Amino acid sequence: MRCVPSNRSLTPVNAIERTFREDSGKAVATLIRLFGDVDVAEEAVQEAFVIASERWPVDGIPPVPAGWILTTAKRKAIDRLRRESSREDRHRQSALIQAADAPEEVGPVRDDQLRLLFTCCHPALAASARVALTLRLIAGLSTAQIARAFLVSEATMAQRLVRAKAKIRDAHIPYRIPRDAELPERTRSVLAVIYLVYNEGYLATGGDAVDREALRREAVRLARSIVDLMPDEAEASGLLALLLFSESRAPARIAKATDETAEKRWVRLPDQDRTLWDADQISEAQQLVRQCLSRNSPGPYQLQAAIAAVHSDAATADETDWAQIVQLYDHQYSLEPSPIIALNRAIAVAEIDGPRAALELIEALDLDGYYLWHTSRGDLLARLGQVADAAEAFRRAAELTDNPAEHELLTERIVLLAAQA
Amino acid sequence: MPEYLLSVYGDEAEFAKQEANTELITQMYAQVETFNERVRQEGAWVFGGGLHPTSSATVVRGSNDADAIFTDGPYIEAKEQLGGFWILKAPDLDAALAWAKDASIACQGPVEVRPFQQEPDAS
Repeated sequence: MRCVPSNRSLTPVNAIERTFREDSGKAVATLIRLFGDVDVAEEAVQEAFVIASERWPVDGIPPVPAGWILTTAKRKAIDRLRRESSREDRHRQSALIQAADAPEEVGPVRDDQLRLLFTCCHPALAASARVALTLRLIAGLSTAQIARAFLVSEATMAQRLVRAKAKIRDAHIPYRIPRDAELPERTRSVLAVIYLVYNEGYLATGGDAVDREALRREAVRLARSIVDLMPDEAEASGLLALLLFSESRAPARIAKATDETAEKRWVRLPDQDRTLWDADQISEAQQLVRQCLSRNSPGPYQLQAAIAAVHSDAATADETDWAQIVQLYDHQYSLEPSPIIALNRAIAVAEIDGPRAALELIEALDLDGYYLWHTSRGDLLARLGQVADAAEAFRRAAELTDNPAEHELLTERIVLLAAQA
Repeated sequence: MPEYLLSVYGDEAEFAKQEANTELITQMYAQVETFNERVRQEGAWVFGGGLHPTSSATVVRGSNDADAIFTDGPYIEAKEQLGGFWILKAPDLDAALAWAKDASIACQGPVEVRPFQQEPDAS
């Protein structure tokens, strides 16, 4: 194949890496549709990349790298199915005939990825399996990478993936976009998986920081592609905006190690250096929130994004429009009356009506097992000068969280309180 | 077309109590019969039925070299036992889960869905 000028700046190795990152998930999705078998699809795409690594440096980068991968993978899958068809069942043979007859595809079909995303996020699969499958099949992360990010052994993660793929095959979980009647609920499941992927990359600073950043990046990319694939789904835009707001603060969230603190530590929102926030991500997210507002079909992600937007509008923590935030929490609570939303609302109320009013609201909530309830209580008690009670609340919070960065932050506050007492 | 086993599980002590309430039982049977009728009409029916309590069960262990051993009662001693089941044809899991949802409402209990291993020959 001839090398085209637009690819001349890329080395074959870079081109393979880029194609893998951007298109391997799409190629897997298309092959799953054609052959109805996850393993056949995954292996064929992997083989295609191995062949690319041998051929591209010699022949040059093909004009349409993604198309080259797809065509090669398809050929490999047909080869494999032909080899196996003598001993395998007729089901495979019929898949083979279907795939061989299908018109040649120029590039991956957009809908294939959406179909596969709905399969990976099927409610018949355990939540942990949905997240793992999505990262493996859609985002193309390796089993080892996913295992490291979730702090489980590679063997455990491999087993989880094998089991989930076996269930898809044996129970005939379909590859298709759900019917209209099921679509809203199933879309919620997809968005929840993307949100979980992001949170996994956000919450812990333990584990491998690079892998965690990869999770966040993949979540943003998945959210972006779902917005692209389902442009009428306002909650998808809301989720993308929410993730972008959160990402925009990433540079300010972790304080660099200094002389006094050997470890990296978390910086809470009011203490963050806002000049470090990423302006491009903020403006993209704000644009999305404005689009959501004009659609007027609010949902939990859109409202959380709107709250994040209010924070992003304030140049300093003191300039935050807390009244608007309380209003948005009220709206969110009316859609989804959960004590966690009531807790967040109470924290905002503290900034308007003072810590005592907020404390009363918080104490009325039944959230004794939730570490952030104790953290918020401790916060308000400290502001009211009830130092001993505050320290006790922080201790309870520390007992309830495994997150090392959170732990660090809480211990530090207990020490500071002890100095005041 | 794939076939699925839809099993109804429940507390046998609760079942026994419900048996006493004829109105409830009559209503449940009527609901299940309506469901069965729909399954038949849509061509998904393979088999289905309710079971007598596990006190009527016998476990058999057969052997070529010795007499079979019979044990009174269910294989697994548990509070919750299989009370009845359907075998249905469905094109995929989504269709099977949709049937299971209606089955669960009709028989007022949780329904477990399991795919059969092989696709039947005539399809």
